[in-house]
Amino acid sequence: MSTLTIRSLRKNYGTVEVLKGIDLEAQNGEFIALVGPSGCGKSTLLAMIAGLETVTSGEIRIDGRLVNSVAPKDRDIAMVFQSYALYPTMTVRENITFGMESRRVPKPQQDEAVKRVAAFLQIEPLLGRKPGQLSGGQRQRVAMGRALVRDPKLFLFDEPLSNLDAKLRVDMRTEIKKLHHRVGKTTVYVTHDQVEAMTLASRIAVMHQGSVQQFDEPATIYNRPANMFVAGFMGSPAMNFLPAELSEEGGRPTVALPTADGKTVGLSVVQTLPSDTPRQLVLGIRPEHIYRSDPDLQRRKPGIAQIDAVVELVEPTGAETMAVLRLGAKEITGRFDPDGTPRMGETVTLGIDMARACLFDPTTQRLI
Amino acid sequence: MVDAALDQSLDHRAATVAARRHFLTRLVIYGLLVVFAAIYLVPLLVVVLNSFSDQQEIARNGLISLPRSFRLEAWSQAWSTYCIGGTCEGMQRNFYNSLKMTIPATIISTTVGAMNGYILSKWRFKGSEALFTCMLLGVFIPGQISLMPWAFILGNLGLSNTTYGLIVIHVIQGISFTTLFCRNYYVSIPDDLIKAARIDGAGFWRIFRKIILPLSSPILIVTVIWQFTGIWNEYLFGVVFTSGQQQPITAALVALTASGTNVRAYDVMSAAVLIGALPPLLIYLFGGKYFVRGLTQGAIK
Repeated sequence: MSTLTIRSLRKNYGTVEVLKGIDLEAQNGEFIALVGPSGCGKSTLLAMIAGLETVTSGEIRIDGRLVNSVAPKDRDIAMVFQSYALYPTMTVRENITFGMESRRVPKPQQDEAVKRVAAFLQIEPLLGRKPGQLSGGQRQRVAMGRALVRDPKLFLFDEPLSNLDAKLRVDMRTEIKKLHHRVGKTTVYVTHDQVEAMTLASRIAVMHQGSVQQFDEPATIYNRPANMFVAGFMGSPAMNFLPAELSEEGGRPTVALPTADGKTVGLSVVQTLPSDTPRQLVLGIRPEHIYRSDPDLQRRKPGIAQIDAVVELVEPTGAETMAVLRLGAKEITGRFDPDGTPRMGETVTLGIDMARACLFDPTTQRLI
Repeated sequence: MVDAALDQSLDHRAATVAARRHFLTRLVIYGLLVVFAAIYLVPLLVVVLNSFSDQQEIARNGLISLPRSFRLEAWSQAWSTYCIGGTCEGMQRNFYNSLKMTIPATIISTTVGAMNGYILSKWRFKGSEALFTCMLLGVFIPGQISLMPWAFILGNLGLSNTTYGLIVIHVIQGISFTTLFCRNYYVSIPDDLIKAARIDGAGFWRIFRKIILPLSSPILIVTVIWQFTGIWNEYLFGVVFTSGQQQPITAALVALTASGTNVRAYDVMSAAVLIGALPPLLIYLFGGKYFVRGLTQGAIK
């Protein structure tokens, strides 16, 4: 059993407030991702959990024990660094045993642990090498081995994949996910890559400017983002934001969007709106919820609203094609199947899945 | 076909011209280098030749002339029997004085510098940067300024006219340099290593011993060479704070040239100078390569 509880945690550097009251908790065996743009405070938060940074106020508890002023080595944690931080003058074996040596674990026990971890990560042939003789992926494995060998209460990962090339990153992401399934340890994982967060985490904390914007399961974060920051940060290409006005058409609430020819088009809202909904709204639509409209689509998806747009630019990626579409004065991005890709310059009738659309209050930026 | 042949011969001619020009530039460059090397080496050559010559021959032919004889007598005189200021035991005592001063002072100042550098780069604390700046001042303060304070301190410690007194001076005067060298080198060791080691349960000393020291050899070689040659060649403190049998070799060399016999024994003086210059020379010979490497290379490739 190991849990992590963080309550109204703050961190100041002089007068600069880096963390502004963080609340987080991880259940036993959970995989928590801290995600956000650089400078959001996620790495500082992780360093504070590790005990490498002091706490200004608030509390950090590991398994219920207050660890605010406990030394890193006594917190029973293991950490994987972005730079891997392998000791360059030691062999892989010595890197892995360094922690046990420091803790005076008897030699036979050390050998046993190294054997177990090396087999687990398939790094047996590397044990005699120095870190300088390893590839990026191998270093990554050794760094994980060094963390795994301890059997700690808490695993901390600080952007462990950002130094790898794109293909290896995807492979190692899968490895980490498998590893977590097999080991089942409570994990906190810092990343700026929202795809990593989505694929790995059981819950994601999206951070921005020193506070947690939303802390929830990946699906909820993606489908019902708490505010415009979360909506814009999670997902690539990013969610389209369109200023719109709330009105009513045939007793149903609709949002009116300006179109290319200067008129407005009303899109009926599927969700039920609270009575204090402001008249000016921001409509958020993910690129994959924009389709080419056809009768079949209308039949399959009841919440489809139709609107005309001009295709400005087409970006094929192979598996799918992104298209930049002009809608009145705004440009939006749509994600299309390569087969049904619109052509540049063409005017297409789009079907927007209003059942999946998000409405935001432009002043508070919060989800309605 | 014809065009191709023509092109080829043109190419060939252009290549020959380029090769000749390259050769001429090289010739000029190497010629200049040889001239300058000779300018630097001639004085050394004169001293070396005189140290193996006969004094009478030098008196007859002048300092700058090729020797007719080859004798080692001047060396043995300079080492063990030549009279300086009334005592006739040559330079050996002063040579040992220099060793007894230089070796401990080098080891202690390098060790302290490495510790300082480790703390100032990896265990920063409030005011550590200010402290470092203050220590740096020592690099820029000339030795003459500290003569009076040192006289006062050595007097109070009862270390006047002793090798220990000189050790104290050289350790403290050297710490600025060694700290600067080590601190700047250790800054390039990633902090993540220290963090990882702390999580691994290693403390201040274990991190220093197991992680920092094994990475330090380039900079330690640099500081040792720098300190050794600097302290060995130092003259001012040696001549001011010691006299007679306590003097290091640099101070004794001057005493030797000033000692009031009528005939100037150029052969013995030359040998004595070379004995005095030998240790730093050897250090450079064996360590020079590492010196340059250590100064230019970071901690982690």
